[in-house]
Amino acid sequence: MLGRPRLYTSYKAEAAIFPTWTQRTALVLLLLVAVLLPFSLPIINQLPIIRFIGDPEWIRLLTNAVIFGIAALGINLLSGVAGQVSLGHAFFMGVGAYTAVVLGGESSENLWGLGLPMWIWLPGAAIGAALAGIIISPCAVRLRGLYLGIVTGGLVFIGIHLAKVFPEISGGAEVGRQFPPLELKLWKEEEPIIDFSTDGHWLWFDISGNAKTYLFCLALLVIATVIAKNVIRTRTGRALQAIRDRDVAAEVMGIPEAKYKLIAFAGSSAFAGMAGALFASFVGKLPPETWDLILSVEFIAILLIGGAGTTAGVLIGTFFVVMSPRFVEDIADWMGGQASTDNPFSKFWDMIISTEPGDFGFISTGDIAPGFPLPVSSLDTLIYGTLVVLFLLFEPLGLYGIWIKIRNYWKGWPFSY
Amino acid sequence: MILAATVAEEFIQTLAKGLAQGGLYALVALGFVLIFKATQTVNFAQGAIALIGAWFTSLLLIDWEIPGRWISGNTYVVWISSVVLAALMTAVLGLIIERVAIRPMIGEPLFSIAVITLGLEAILRTIGFDAVNLNPRSLAIPWGFDGFNIGDAFVAWTYVAIYIATAIAFVAIFLFFRTRLGIAMRAVAFDQEAALAQGISVGKVFAVAWGASAGLAAIAGVLSSGAPMGTGVVSAGITGLAFRALPAVILGGLDSVSGALIGGLLIGCAEVFSGQYLADYTSTLGNGYSLIVPYIVMLVVLLVRPYGLFGTPEIRRV
Repeated sequence: MLGRPRLYTSYKAEAAIFPTWTQRTALVLLLLVAVLLPFSLPIINQLPIIRFIGDPEWIRLLTNAVIFGIAALGINLLSGVAGQVSLGHAFFMGVGAYTAVVLGGESSENLWGLGLPMWIWLPGAAIGAALAGIIISPCAVRLRGLYLGIVTGGLVFIGIHLAKVFPEISGGAEVGRQFPPLELKLWKEEEPIIDFSTDGHWLWFDISGNAKTYLFCLALLVIATVIAKNVIRTRTGRALQAIRDRDVAAEVMGIPEAKYKLIAFAGSSAFAGMAGALFASFVGKLPPETWDLILSVEFIAILLIGGAGTTAGVLIGTFFVVMSPRFVEDIADWMGGQASTDNPFSKFWDMIISTEPGDFGFISTGDIAPGFPLPVSSLDTLIYGTLVVLFLLFEPLGLYGIWIKIRNYWKGWPFSY
Repeated sequence: MILAATVAEEFIQTLAKGLAQGGLYALVALGFVLIFKATQTVNFAQGAIALIGAWFTSLLLIDWEIPGRWISGNTYVVWISSVVLAALMTAVLGLIIERVAIRPMIGEPLFSIAVITLGLEAILRTIGFDAVNLNPRSLAIPWGFDGFNIGDAFVAWTYVAIYIATAIAFVAIFLFFRTRLGIAMRAVAFDQEAALAQGISVGKVFAVAWGASAGLAAIAGVLSSGAPMGTGVVSAGITGLAFRALPAVILGGLDSVSGALIGGLLIGCAEVFSGQYLADYTSTLGNGYSLIVPYIVMLVVLLVRPYGLFGTPEIRRV
């Protein structure tokens, strides 16, 4: 059976979340590395690439990716598994974040907040968003394909407007308010049991607040992944896949379409709501404009770059989309450095990078750059736009598809067919 | 908010503005419909293309003075010719996009093509914002802020320009559907493979649809910058035009040209009328509530008619 991942000899094996030993080993190793990342350990520090992730900026980026991973699992359930195109993911994230802030935020004269502890507001965010999903789904069940995509996109605009109309909840347009911090309390006492956002001491480790936040979100991501993986292989998940593949046929086979679409919407929104609450709490203060269409599109990009319908693919896609702009920024900086040195290739880098106004180049590393040489800051939108287009053109199955190709090549090696 | 003397004048003034706003939506919606008819997908990049079109106009007119070099004298002639030239340039951009990013996707899932246009939107929007955000680009609209009065009701020349542009565009499209290529497009909309088997060049139909809709978007982008909707300067807000025109096209039905016109006008009027007559309730409804009226109208209509007012219901087979 070794090396034949598609060969199953029992139903149990087919339904297993991780059917092969290779997958299990790889997963355990990956988790180990992910958990040990924030610590300054001798072995971890020697690994290439991973070495620099220890510093706060990178660990925050990684936390961001982990949180987005939870939301991406949500959109995978709705758009990847059930095939319902949704541009409203940002709306549900926003609903989650504002549920959290009403439940857990500090109240003042013009802000609503109950000041409840995290074990209430975090599940509350998921439930609030799921309720929003349930309310939306009767409208959504009647619509299909692009009509659904456009209508859910419209939700985002309505949502931002509603957030602006209720400054008591959102803190007002372009201002926002302070979201509750990540800290575990029993009730409203002063001293939290575990504070996930300040530096401190765990067991025998000194650990920074950023690392704590990262570990906490990572734990949630692992739980979310297990849930998502399990949902896909149950009766519900199979029903959703049947609806995706051919909805009329699914209905003929006795799958109640409306009910399962409602489940998909509710489940997907719950993931989104939780991720929204985490993200808001992680960033601290967000204006209502955060939950805009661009964020929704980013999730669609994650879904397609990773590989729609595959849990592992979507998670890889999340990390790719969230981290790659930062890598590009670093590369641009490095190219700028190369251009100013005096080696044979510096002329080449100089053609790409413009370091000062008037210098020819496609990318500008200068501070203010109106007009043509694009500033590095606007590169990330440009990059994910380009990535989406390129992936869909050349690799419709996304990163997961690339992995499948590599795997199939080595499976049949040395025969290339 | 419009201040006019009598109820009738207020109504006329609001109607004029509503029809103008609706005409803009109808122009963009027409582009959506053309692309949907040819490729069965929605071009989310329409707004970004409109922004690029307005930027092109500004480049041609102000920076390069291309029409002004050969046509002397009348500012109107120079202005209109540069808008037309910019629309052509944008149409070429549409052709390039179609050839590079859309044509290879024939036969792929429609969702993937729609997402490609979302990716294109991100790219074009970034470039467009970068071009217009920091240094304001004038469009030198010859009539400026002027208009004429019906009684005390003020009607800006921009409105008239929009009416004329919309009328020309729709008449042209209705005539186009009588021509050989137009009939080919209708055949492609009906069944791509059958059309291909009949010897129709599907690629050509795609190209025409993308070129025409990019050109329409450019014109809508320029006109939407005219006072009093805009300030005569290319603004980054143009990209929002297409996202507000989406309700119009959904309302009319994604595959109906007359639906685009009626949906556009209805949505435009709904937006402007609610902005005018519900202004007293702004404190409850929130600033800028009129901008989300299109989405609410769209949601309500779709609950009743899932394929819009004039859209063809999709026949579902197992």
